[in-house]
Amino acid sequence: MAEYKKPTTEQEYLDNFAQKKPLMNPTEAYYESSRCLFCYDAPCMNACPTGIDIPLFIKQINTGNVKGAAKTIFDSNWIGNACGKVCPTGVLCEGACVYNGQDVPPLQIGRLQNFATEQVIREKTPLYAPGPDNGRQVAIVGAGPAGIAAACELRVMGYTVDIYEAKEKPSGLTVYGVAPYKITNEEVLDEMEYLQNQMGYDIHYQSPITTKEQIADLEKRYDAIFLGVGLGPTATLGIEGENLEGVVGAVEFIEELRMQKHKVEVPKNVVVIGGGNTAMDAASESARMGAENVYLVYRRSKDRMGAYGFEYELAVKSGVKGVFSAQPKALLGEGKVNGVSFYRTKDVNGKLEYGDETFTIDCDMVIKATGQAKMGSFLQMIDGLELDNRKRIKVNLESYQTTNPKYFAGGDAVNGGAEVVNGAYEGKQAAKGIHAWLNAL
Amino acid sequence: MAGFNNIELITDRPLIDNLKEIEEVKKYFPDHAVIASLMVETREQWIQIIKDVENAGADGIELNFGCPHGMCERGMGSAVGQEPAVLKTIVEWVMDAAKIPVITKLTPNISDIREPGLAAVQGGTDALSLINTIKSIVGIDLDSYAPYPIVDGKGTNGGYCGPAVKPIALHMLRELAQHEKITKTPISGIGGIETWRDVVEFILLGASSVQVCTAVMHYGFGIVREMEAGLIQFMNEKGYDTIYDFVGKALPNVVEWKNLNLKHKVVANIDADKCIGCQLCYIACDDGAHQAIKITEGNRIPEIIDENCVGCNLCSLVCPVEECITMEKRDDGTQHLTWAERTEADTIPTDFNDDRAGGKGHFVPTVQDALKHRKG
Repeated sequence: MAEYKKPTTEQEYLDNFAQKKPLMNPTEAYYESSRCLFCYDAPCMNACPTGIDIPLFIKQINTGNVKGAAKTIFDSNWIGNACGKVCPTGVLCEGACVYNGQDVPPLQIGRLQNFATEQVIREKTPLYAPGPDNGRQVAIVGAGPAGIAAACELRVMGYTVDIYEAKEKPSGLTVYGVAPYKITNEEVLDEMEYLQNQMGYDIHYQSPITTKEQIADLEKRYDAIFLGVGLGPTATLGIEGENLEGVVGAVEFIEELRMQKHKVEVPKNVVVIGGGNTAMDAASESARMGAENVYLVYRRSKDRMGAYGFEYELAVKSGVKGVFSAQPKALLGEGKVNGVSFYRTKDVNGKLEYGDETFTIDCDMVIKATGQAKMGSFLQMIDGLELDNRKRIKVNLESYQTTNPKYFAGGDAVNGGAEVVNGAYEGKQAAKGIHAWLNAL
Repeated sequence: MAGFNNIELITDRPLIDNLKEIEEVKKYFPDHAVIASLMVETREQWIQIIKDVENAGADGIELNFGCPHGMCERGMGSAVGQEPAVLKTIVEWVMDAAKIPVITKLTPNISDIREPGLAAVQGGTDALSLINTIKSIVGIDLDSYAPYPIVDGKGTNGGYCGPAVKPIALHMLRELAQHEKITKTPISGIGGIETWRDVVEFILLGASSVQVCTAVMHYGFGIVREMEAGLIQFMNEKGYDTIYDFVGKALPNVVEWKNLNLKHKVVANIDADKCIGCQLCYIACDDGAHQAIKITEGNRIPEIIDENCVGCNLCSLVCPVEECITMEKRDDGTQHLTWAERTEADTIPTDFNDDRAGGKGHFVPTVQDALKHRKG
């Protein structure tokens, strides 16, 4: 028996994907904030990729200065509300909280952060304004966390900013790729709207940049270009049967789920292939969509998975069964997938070996969560833009300037696929890099 | 809750109602004492009201010479408590008229509590009680710029009570209890008493009874259960049969500064196993004390710089972990020298560079090191 009933209405969908970090009420925020010790050189702050002054904003919440708390957060991280909800706080700020050292629950920093940022977003409290026009234009490719963060930072410094986005909505994977129990679409988009209303950058939706001509046009019209293009579609497995009906990529599956919600059909038996956080999400989501048997299959042992332990735990709690040391051999079926055959693998001193022994898991759907392809072919169209051996854009790690000086980059296209908070940090840094570079010319 | 501030006066209903209530309470609880707290103006009024409460069945009277708001403007409450001669006169009137025991309640809004205390004793009071509330303004509304509580756009000072006033009350209690001419008079301790520990502390400093109001206002009378249970447990553990077995037992240990042993040396010690690395001790010592704690790069656990530690114990106060920072005794207990003895022997330091003043060789961080934590 599945843990979750198949959702047939939006409400049932929302119930199945109940928020892991629900909004605090003022009483809870007051009591929780009063627990903060106001550590010196606070470990939480040092653990935050964007370096938010966490003790300060918690103290501000406690003293009734919620607006000031929100400003403290946004000062360091433009995507402050989404990060409060989707950050793996347990391994970042909350994981670093000194209370852990005495087995006392750490401060719920993510939820306190949302308490502050949600209020200013809901009340549309203006905290920032664009700087005086400096006459310079910057193009941003991709309205993901990195692109939006770069846009906000550039607007503060007086740049005119145009963002070109392939899809219909801003925020990239925050709205299209994050597990629905971490944040709702409305929460993501409300923050995006809040930022855009204050900072006044333009976003051109459904405007993918795909040709050399478009690139040349951008280079002509803009003083600098920021690439926040993220990653591409799910990579192929390169095995038999990948074109069968019922075989989908995890990124595509999650995007459909986030957009179509309860209308997405998830069959009874699902196999998810992969061991990263996206695999955990896809598996957990399948179970929450009412699938009765969800197998998460990873080629190595459990402890070798790339996913955070708590993400795996969450999947297991949703009813997912882990299968380890199994390498997919072929996707089976005629027209439609009906199973996956696997090799039994052995980890020999870190090297994966397998012989002839195989087994099969029957299923109606296969979700491949084995990484996203890089945007290599697009990036190769840009003159002088070098990629590293994993097809990530090479940048200077302070200015985020690429090997083509006019281009700066940040987010998944640079880091290979990390958290929203990393994109937010890199976009902000790149904006500062652009400013420094243009001023030095 | 650190405390409450009130601007209320004495009673919100006619005297007759209060007298009826005293009567009713005595009827229902004949084995319990009822003490009437009184505040009137003229001698005639005092004589009359004493007669009234005695007739109602009160077992004792408390003279309110403490109220620091409203009533004092009309020459009552703390206006009396602040004028020892007046206080003494009124106590004499009362003692003349009263057939039941009289407690004189003092105001803390005075520089030396011993003056009104002595006046009350000289006036013949049976007992003293202290403290009444402390004159206070608890806050200002940031929109109307009026003090709380706001009364039609204005405010006034109130009287402050609750846990925050306890240290002040304990000190004043000790001053009375140690006074040779007051020490025989029973004292009822008041001021922020909320836990059994508070109760025991007041008794150890000379109170033979305690009074509780704010805690009951906060939690109801049920809060007394905790005080009673703790007090009884304390007495059992220490082998005391009655309160009088330990009234004032801490008094001999409360001395003037000049009689403290200058040879007493304690140094802070951080238990690295318990330390959670919040570094509050480090920054407290560095910014607010003696720069006697250091941090080494890559290690969250601070270290004490022994030669700089003066044993002030600020670090142990800010440490959030139980028993993590302790003050360790470093002297061998064989030496005893007080400032009074040094003055007598004419060996007190006479200038800032005097070796006898100590403190030389104090580690001083470089300016760069000192400013390291000034980020941004």
